[in-house]
Amino acid sequence: METLLQQIVNGLVVGSVYALIALGYTMVYGILGLINFAHGDVLMVGALVALEAIRLLQIHAPELGLVPTLLAGLSISVVVCMLLGYTIERTAYRRLRNAPRLAPLITAIGVSFLLQTIAMIIWGRNYHSFPELISTAPLEAVPGVFITPVQIAILMVSAVLMVALVLLVNKTRLGRAMRATAENHKVASLMGVDTNKIIAATFVIGSALAAVAGVMFSANYGTAHYAMGFLPGLKAFTAAVLGGIGNLGGAMLGGLVLGLVESIGAGYIADMSFGFLNSSYQDIFAFIILGIVLIFRPTGLLGERVADRA
Amino acid sequence: MKQSALMLALAGLTMTASTAAMADVVVKLGFAGPLTGPVSHLGKDEQYGAQLALDDANGKGVVLGGQKVRFELLAEDDQADPRTATTVAQRLVDAGVKGVVGHVTSGAAIPASRIYEQAGVPSITPSATSPKLTQQKFKTTYRVIANDMQQGAAMARFATEALKAKRIAVIDDRTAYGQGLADAVVDNLKRLGVTPVGREFTNDKATDFSAILTRLKAAKPDAIFYGGMDAQGAPLLRQMRQLGIEARYLGGDGVCTTEMIKLAGPAISADVFCTQAGIPMDKMPAGKSFNERFLKRFSVPVQLYAPYSYDAASALVEAMKLADSADPARYLPLLQKVSFKGVTGNVAFDASGDIREGGVALYQYQSGKWQLRP
Repeated sequence: METLLQQIVNGLVVGSVYALIALGYTMVYGILGLINFAHGDVLMVGALVALEAIRLLQIHAPELGLVPTLLAGLSISVVVCMLLGYTIERTAYRRLRNAPRLAPLITAIGVSFLLQTIAMIIWGRNYHSFPELISTAPLEAVPGVFITPVQIAILMVSAVLMVALVLLVNKTRLGRAMRATAENHKVASLMGVDTNKIIAATFVIGSALAAVAGVMFSANYGTAHYAMGFLPGLKAFTAAVLGGIGNLGGAMLGGLVLGLVESIGAGYIADMSFGFLNSSYQDIFAFIILGIVLIFRPTGLLGERVADRA
Repeated sequence: MKQSALMLALAGLTMTASTAAMADVVVKLGFAGPLTGPVSHLGKDEQYGAQLALDDANGKGVVLGGQKVRFELLAEDDQADPRTATTVAQRLVDAGVKGVVGHVTSGAAIPASRIYEQAGVPSITPSATSPKLTQQKFKTTYRVIANDMQQGAAMARFATEALKAKRIAVIDDRTAYGQGLADAVVDNLKRLGVTPVGREFTNDKATDFSAILTRLKAAKPDAIFYGGMDAQGAPLLRQMRQLGIEARYLGGDGVCTTEMIKLAGPAISADVFCTQAGIPMDKMPAGKSFNERFLKRFSVPVQLYAPYSYDAASALVEAMKLADSADPARYLPLLQKVSFKGVTGNVAFDASGDIREGGVALYQYQSGKWQLRP
């Protein structure tokens, strides 16, 4: 029982990071119909910029407490990633807005390589150790079930950010403009919505979420690396598709479901297959679930619109 | 006694006829390793080790087939690169070397070994530890250092005997290295009568191990062995502690690094152990005098594997002496029969070309660094 509970905790922590990243994919897809494969690498830049900022702060402002240092590092990395997101949209995607679907998709992969290579030149190929500013010492929540303060912070921050994003999209002027743009660019712009600005804002918000996710990811696992964005990026993309790409609630649900499926799958796959499969099939398990969901619900768990764009 | 008599005779010879020394038959041996690039210090180190062995042999004087021979070392730079290694190997073969000391890294040694095999030239690596190298079943491929299988055997013995671990779980990263090492540990544990309580897998790009660790936790292990590199090994150790698993952490040379200490942060403790192929010089039977002579000859201290390189070159010379010939076709079969006390210990090979008594060092984390366990 405690093993199952622990697996659920593990799954929720991983899943909420996936969900946060998936939001970035799904927002951009909802508005542009573009799968922004560089999103995972924005996460990586977020983690490494925060790492660098925290290192500098620890040298030049050691009197700052642990949590303020982390918050300062996080803020700097969020700002840098927002600028990065804007730059990517402005230089790589905007010119291709009316190009055939494949062109921006390939450009996205190109941007992903570019970001990784630049990060590799700046930070090298080595793994960096991420300073422990929030304790990762385990707390025993229920007898036999452990959770660390970092993980609690991850759960809370993701929940707050997800609620904030939903409010932003549904209750504010900017959100209304975003929804209008997603519905139909041309009509939205005829109605006086500056669609260029709205699309840029979408990228900026998505990148900020990626930066937060990157910092949480690194703080939890204690490492940062130039290629760290690839795997969580891929998983989050899967989560977005699972939940129904283009749908905010779907991204969150998809992320959490994927995290839980992975964790419980890896924990019980051997028992469920009577020892035939083992934990090296952990990743396949998640994709099997994705396949099954897409067969019965091609638009994902919460997707409504039939996806007619690549 | 015989040797000193020979030395006297030699001294007499060189006095009277230095021109006669010129007429000695020259036997060329090859050395290949990275002489440029980031690991060039290790390559140079081994080159010097081999050179010292040949100097010693020349000093003592070796007579093969009734003719006095003089050994020369032909060093080539493989840049620790698989492709360069094959080019360099071909160049050595074309230069007519009778045997090769090298290569330094497994990545270079494996492709190069095929070329030596085709040419029938024996090669002995002082430092490539991949089991794959000798698993190719080449007749010409030998190694004087413990391979990863022997590392696994040493760890299994240590875990059960010194640590008295009974419930051992094993994780690997499914790479050739990690899987090979973990399988060696499992096989040896079984031989010692201990069946692992858990066997889990991850990959060399993973960051999250909480699911497999939670699963292992249910098996209540008192030690967990990880076959893989430090980049995953360190987060794995952290997550073990975060999940409240207090088992000891065991690893191979992939985690026996300073990087591991850095990345594991507060999670590393005296409950973390790792193995390293080869034994440190001060533990070698003839380590101290070797270091002194090395320093005198080359004016640099021994870096790492020079003693192994010395023994590799000596093994070639010994086999030639046994065969009374420097012809690879004639002395190659006798490499199997070589048995002598080298700098690093007893040198004798098994049927696959691996050293019989490969030394493995065991380290424990203590106050900021890896401390050798006696």
